Amino acid sequence: MSFLAAENMTGGYGAADILHDCTLRVEKGQIAVIVGPNGAGKSTAMKAVFGMLKLRGGHVRLDGEDITQLSPQDRVAKGMGFVPQVNNVFPSMSVEENLEMGAFIRKDDFKATMEQVYDLFPILRDKRRQAAGELSGGQRQQVAVGRALMTQPKLLMLDEPTAGVSPIVMDELFDRIIEVARTGISILMVEQNARQALEIADQGYVLVQGANRYTDTGKALMADPEVRRTFLGG
Amino acid sequence: MDFLNAIVALLNFVIIPAAAYGAQLALGALGATLVYGVLRFSNFALGDTMAFGTAITILGTWWLQSHGVSFGILPTALLALPFGIAVTAALALATDRVVYRYYRQVRAKPVIVVIASMGVMFVMSGITRFVIGVEEIRFVDGTKFVIEANSFKQATGLAEGLALRSTQLLTMVTAALVVAALFWFLNSTRTGKSMRAYSDNEDLALLSGINPERVVAITWIIASALAVIAGTLYGLDKAYKAFNYFSLLLPIFAAAVVGGLGNPLGAIAGGFLVAFSEVGVTYAWKKVAGYVMPEGLAPDGLLQILSTDYKFSVSFAILILVLLFKPTGIFKGKAV
Repeated sequence: MSFLAAENMTGGYGAADILHDCTLRVEKGQIAVIVGPNGAGKSTAMKAVFGMLKLRGGHVRLDGEDITQLSPQDRVAKGMGFVPQVNNVFPSMSVEENLEMGAFIRKDDFKATMEQVYDLFPILRDKRRQAAGELSGGQRQQVAVGRALMTQPKLLMLDEPTAGVSPIVMDELFDRIIEVARTGISILMVEQNARQALEIADQGYVLVQGANRYTDTGKALMADPEVRRTFLGG
Repeated sequence: MDFLNAIVALLNFVIIPAAAYGAQLALGALGATLVYGVLRFSNFALGDTMAFGTAITILGTWWLQSHGVSFGILPTALLALPFGIAVTAALALATDRVVYRYYRQVRAKPVIVVIASMGVMFVMSGITRFVIGVEEIRFVDGTKFVIEANSFKQATGLAEGLALRSTQLLTMVTAALVVAALFWFLNSTRTGKSMRAYSDNEDLALLSGINPERVVAITWIIASALAVIAGTLYGLDKAYKAFNYFSLLLPIFAAAVVGGLGNPLGAIAGGFLVAFSEVGVTYAWKKVAGYVMPEGLAPDGLLQILSTDYKFSVSFAILILVLLFKPTGIFKGKAV
């Protein structure tokens, strides 16, 4: 049984379905990456897992528990962390306050978690008094990931974490994401930079028009000539 | 010696009145800016919320006075203030429940909520007039002056007198305390931070588990408290008349917009900027000029740019200039 099992998801925002029988699974402490062309429903699939989309079919299980009917807020309490693609920080608040707000639902002392986030992203420790809106794109993404980590999630979902950051920062972010996974947190990630993402992926999902097209380990997908030709540009 | 007289005249007629007025506007603008930041609309009912809250405070003051209670050298109204705040906050929360909550649920555009707030404004001004009437009411008691013009003249030997009314000093001290408390609340408490977070990024606040209804309720309570304090200080300083509070809406919004809507620091700066502009433009500078200018060059005219009857046009001009050239205000608020 996978740690996250989102199976046979069918649904959309309005009358028309975007997802068709889409299945995503993530094992404990592993990295799963969703890639695919524009408009393939990658972000929609992730939103469906997080409960931001009403499903007409299929179910979502986290650690064996069916959470299909829960709201996103309740899923956060169950151990999901979500980093939206845009508007993922509180711009006028300091880095430290952003992290505090991430821990809002926690009633216990979260100082230790904050230290862990600072150890993971040392630059944030230096900038903790600075407003998050004044940081560079890469640093802001680190704040966003750090905020989501504050609830100590068991599954971290990232919607295009490297969108709009430079290649060097992108490599750095991927390294950090691997580090997060090593602490036992499962990761589900949508990525536009398919090659680099599949390189670090334990499991890769290629979606086309809201349905699974190819599903395999990251390495196998990278090696598949068909996938290379159609989705990775040769 | 003449230069000293000029400074005293300036203090007496411009700086002290404008500072007191600015403090009142700043408190009102803080209320406007908080509601804008959290609920995302300009609350046109703010002026009449001030009028209502002050009316309740006055009723409380009369009740206290009829029982022989007084606050020594300070106005009795200060004792009745918590009562006024409580009743006004209850009214604001009830209004939210009946009117605004619906528009939040259907995610109505801000302009629709603004129009709804105008409806609330008419209802509130009607209630206020039923409760206390339309006449001018003076409810200040306690010591009248901190510094009296005549004794100042005698003590210093200057030709110009300096008067500092106790209500003016009280206004500035109260405003400073309230602002300090508000900033402490917003920056240091969990609830205050969750308010700022909600104002910054509503969706992310929801994801973080912040309860929007709680944030909204606290915002109404704080905004009501600010409105009642501002209204009562204004009424003590000048006089209470329901219609005057409606007219305050313009300078208050000018102050909030100049400072940057949604930015508390901006609201305070904006309050003083509008107050000083208004007083500076409508003051007859003849007296000050007469002291400073060399003899024979003293002007014959009043040196008054605008008659005080037109004082609200100053706020209006400021509002238009800011919206044309710097819509986000001095302190980078949200674009209007």
